[in-house]
Amino acid sequence: MAPTLEERTTRDQIRRNWWLSLPALAILTVAAIGPLLVVLVYSFLTPGEYGNVEWKFSTEGWTSVFVTKDIFDETWKLADAHMTIFWRSVKLSLITTGLTLLVGFPTAWFIATREPRAKALWLFLITIPFWTNLLIRTFAINQIIRTEGLLNTGLLKLGIISTPLQITYTDTAVLIGMVYVYLPLMVLPLFASIDRFDMRLLEAGYDLYASRAQVLRRVILPLVKPGIVAGSILVFIPCLGAYVTPRILGGGKLMMIGNFIELQFGQGRNWPLGAAISILLLIIVSIALVFYVRAINGENRDA
Amino acid sequence: MRERAFSVTNLPGFATIAVAVFVLLYLPIVTLVVYSFNAGSSPSVWQGFSLHWYALAWANDQVKDAGIVSLIVAGFAATISTVVATMAALGTTRQKAFRGQTLIYVMINQPLMVPEIVTAVALLIVFAVVRQWTGYSGLGYLILAHSAFCIPFAYLPIRARLESMDLTLETAAADLYASRWQAFRRVTLPLLAPAIAAGAMLAFVISLDDVVITEFVKAPGQDTLPTYMLGQLRRAMNPDVNAISTILLGVTLVLLSLFYLMTRKRD
Repeated sequence: MAPTLEERTTRDQIRRNWWLSLPALAILTVAAIGPLLVVLVYSFLTPGEYGNVEWKFSTEGWTSVFVTKDIFDETWKLADAHMTIFWRSVKLSLITTGLTLLVGFPTAWFIATREPRAKALWLFLITIPFWTNLLIRTFAINQIIRTEGLLNTGLLKLGIISTPLQITYTDTAVLIGMVYVYLPLMVLPLFASIDRFDMRLLEAGYDLYASRAQVLRRVILPLVKPGIVAGSILVFIPCLGAYVTPRILGGGKLMMIGNFIELQFGQGRNWPLGAAISILLLIIVSIALVFYVRAINGENRDA
Repeated sequence: MRERAFSVTNLPGFATIAVAVFVLLYLPIVTLVVYSFNAGSSPSVWQGFSLHWYALAWANDQVKDAGIVSLIVAGFAATISTVVATMAALGTTRQKAFRGQTLIYVMINQPLMVPEIVTAVALLIVFAVVRQWTGYSGLGYLILAHSAFCIPFAYLPIRARLESMDLTLETAAADLYASRWQAFRRVTLPLLAPAIAAGAMLAFVISLDDVVITEFVKAPGQDTLPTYMLGQLRRAMNPDVNAISTILLGVTLVLLSLFYLMTRKRD
């Protein structure tokens, strides 16, 4: 049976849609998605002697993520150095997420409960850092906390400390930096969630003799939970893949996964190992994204 | 003493924390800007106002070259990504959902989801091979990489605008025997123009600010301002980096303000 006119126009329309989307998809395939597949392939090749790879299949890249072979007695051991870096990355990312949530929630609440005009202004103020160069913001926080920075100078002058605090090149510095840099990522989804919260529910809660703590725990938190999940994941993901902040504030020694990946692609290093860790990072991020999408969908359903 | 009115939306301590957050959020940036005008080189002792560091940055050929590379790459990347994003937005909005639409969304938003460091090493690998094959080592690689990750940023405001646009105007144009192209050229495009400009500005800002992907893709001598600044960090902190940061901040701020003016809903 010949297609009806309507069916044919729909099909033409769909073909037109694909043609219109094609240039964007082509650029993304060549310079974003395709290269990721190459990384996957590289993770299964043999490391070359001076960096790069040899085109021979090998699972060495993947096994060396977790275990190393002792050069003397050829026994397998857990790759302690790698585990330390993974653990530091996960730990710092989790703490950062927790801290940004702790200060981000009151901030988002504050913005969402302002008068409409003031609300727009406060929101704009939180958005500016969000779009501002991450490198510049890391520089800025570094100048405050470094040995001869404003914080130490101030504390010394006030006589609170007698020798400058060594903050840079410690995990604390990386933590301060990441909280500072990623806080807007927490506040924005929280704000979106709180902003659609029906404040009359609070009145109802207080009318029923709930205390403030009870209202917060039993009314507010359950209803803005999707925003909390979304914000937490939006902070956790870039933390886990952070590169600039740990490089500047952690120095060369306190690496996170991102810096470790870079290291493996240097001269004479293990490219397949670097490729395998990249893919691993991608998998973790994808899992986190699935939860993110669920949280967002939950939010839209409730609304 | 009269008791303050009980406000249901008020939670104890929240306002204090929020104001502290805003102060702490802006204090480092403001300090950086202020000390870029410092006469001395100390990051914490004020020694008088001076444009010394700006003059120094201006006289530095490396900075000038990096600035030019930044502008070329951001200019091309913003243009390319905005054109293809506009086309893609026209192809994916204002119609019945079709098979493959989700795939297109996922592909377009892919750069927002993948950690930058992973994309960066992926491009490092691929472009190294292409460089060897073709012998070409110009700015094309940077422009291509930037165009790709700018696409979602250009796409989002354009798509948002298209979705809120009134279809009846185009139907009216079609009723008046306008061809599809005429209707697009004379009706859709003028209505869409602010969103396209907004998308382009966002793409420009994103490209101008990129550090990680640029750091891995650039060939020697192709530093952009951010990668130049990152390189300077290996040495002692220079206040001329503050000056460059302040200029970059200024550019970002101006473009963002324009972006907000253009995407503001008129009530």
